[in-house]
Amino acid sequence: MYRNFLSSKALQPRIKELKFSFYLLKRNQLTKISLFIVLGLIILAIISPYVIPYPEHAQMGTNPQDKLLPPSSQYFFGTDELGRDIFSRVLYGTRISLNTALLAVGLALLIGIPLGAIAGSIGGYIDEIIMRITDIFLSFPPLLLAIAISSILGPSLQNAMLAIAISWWPWYTRLIRGQAISLKERQFVKAAEAIGTSPIKIIFSHIVPNCISPVIVQASMDMGGVILTIASLSFLGLGAQPPTPEWGLMINTSRNYFLNAWWYSIFPGIAIFITVLAFNLLGDGLREILDPKTRKN
Amino acid sequence: MVALRSYILKRLLLGILVLFGVITITFVITRIIPSDPAAKWAGPRATPEQIEAARIELGLDEPLYVQYGKYIHDLVKGDFGHSLRSRQPVSAELKAHIPATIELVLLSTVIAILLGIPLGIYSAKRKDQWLDHFSRFFSIGAVSLPTFWVALFLQMIFYNILGILPLGGRVSTEVALLYTLPNITGMLIFDSLITGNFVVFWDALLHIILPCITIALYPIGLVARMTRSALLEILNEEYITAARSYGLSERIVLWIYALKNSLGPTATVVTLSIGYTLVNTFLVESIFSWPGIGRYIADSVVSLDYPAIMGVTIFSACSYVLLNLIADIIIALDPRIRI
Repeated sequence: MYRNFLSSKALQPRIKELKFSFYLLKRNQLTKISLFIVLGLIILAIISPYVIPYPEHAQMGTNPQDKLLPPSSQYFFGTDELGRDIFSRVLYGTRISLNTALLAVGLALLIGIPLGAIAGSIGGYIDEIIMRITDIFLSFPPLLLAIAISSILGPSLQNAMLAIAISWWPWYTRLIRGQAISLKERQFVKAAEAIGTSPIKIIFSHIVPNCISPVIVQASMDMGGVILTIASLSFLGLGAQPPTPEWGLMINTSRNYFLNAWWYSIFPGIAIFITVLAFNLLGDGLREILDPKTRKN
Repeated sequence: MVALRSYILKRLLLGILVLFGVITITFVITRIIPSDPAAKWAGPRATPEQIEAARIELGLDEPLYVQYGKYIHDLVKGDFGHSLRSRQPVSAELKAHIPATIELVLLSTVIAILLGIPLGIYSAKRKDQWLDHFSRFFSIGAVSLPTFWVALFLQMIFYNILGILPLGGRVSTEVALLYTLPNITGMLIFDSLITGNFVVFWDALLHIILPCITIALYPIGLVARMTRSALLEILNEEYITAARSYGLSERIVLWIYALKNSLGPTATVVTLSIGYTLVNTFLVESIFSWPGIGRYIADSVVSLDYPAIMGVTIFSACSYVLLNLIADIIIALDPRIRI
């Protein structure tokens, strides 16, 4: 009874905070629109294999008699050099890009969060070592490191994803370390220490759960950048391999035909642009809504 | 002043430490290659004996710490190894490709400054009006656009449809055949200008426009946003109110009094964006057949030419570290920031 009372009381400011964020979100048109686009893209990624007009064209199937046809009522975005429906391939590409980006960011979080939490809560020379390694990784432009790593691992979509995760984790380590440093002085952590909880348990059951939300927000903001990086790697030939309907790869193949088949490169490019823009606008809006400094009354 | 000097020294030492780290990472990633570099070096039809000989030739038979020591020793001497494709020293190939890229990066940075700062000033002046919304949308849009696609799109419009700009390359074939191309710095626009070779200059200028605009889009947006936010902060300061109350015209207040103090953050952003621009050339140069390191790494990636890829990686990472250092020094030079 007492516990229920306490927790509901403790929850109240959080609920109020959440309500206020929702209120701000409702007022921010651009963020609202981008949220709808992102939700739409996620739904599209899930259902695309079942709704595209030519599912076999997103896989191995070819259709040479209809090659390089301009957009028509039969093929909305035209066809490519193997006669495949570009509309089907672009829609299916949403699934590939979102899936890969989600895995890459997830993996980066899996590396970044424990390292940051350990560095922040333990401190001392362990902190020094982890943070200097982080500094070194951060001194590479992210795309460059991803190019170097994925070219060494060998060109494939999985390796591109791995390469992105390896070049992205330091951002999360740095973010969570800052959070962990301020948390470790708090009473509840001190209390856990006082009753003899092991440091590992303190890190993972007291510190990480309490500093994870800004990291999750940051990660969702990074999705746009990660999707663009995947497309860039595939464009260079380091990511997805044919016949995968990946947007960057499609643009790369379209280079040989773009002077007489404009539709081939235009549509995958627009798909990348809309997806990345929606994620970036959402990230920008979220930052404005959740950051107390930029909150408008 | 002493504090500033020791700060710069400290940053310099940290920079060197980071460079060591960068070199170590490139060493580690080349040594965990799944495929065998010796086999690649010996060629596709090599016998096991030839591969073994290549392994000894490349020093891959020695313990890792010896290889690491040699690696650093060679790098310090400027030796990046040999390209697996051309068998030429990577350092010589880098030297041949770097000027073209620097030319591209410098010119697009100049464009970014010339367009980004005025755009930032006007959006600060007309905050929350259409120009401000445009510049916000432009900067987020520029970050979201795939650079390689923009390159193809611009080619399609300006070459294919309008026919006013060349498709790619640094100069047209006719100009290259009829005139001797000056080679002083390796940057053709600059060289042709100082040697007074205006036909080459004009031709080279036409060729550089599209690649330049493509990679300038991102820094233009970035510089505009940074100038805007720095200006908005400064326009609230008391000295601006004082200047206004003296009856100085709004133009002088904005362009001289306020802008001067907002240039620090803008300069930092410009310096940092050069690093991004450099990496963006990797995606753009091969589309425009621009003979810089971007095209060099794109070609090397296709044939998995590790020494070449690592050479470009080390060069770019070093430039990035250096640019970060310059940005930190610019921040430190601002007397309002206490170190």
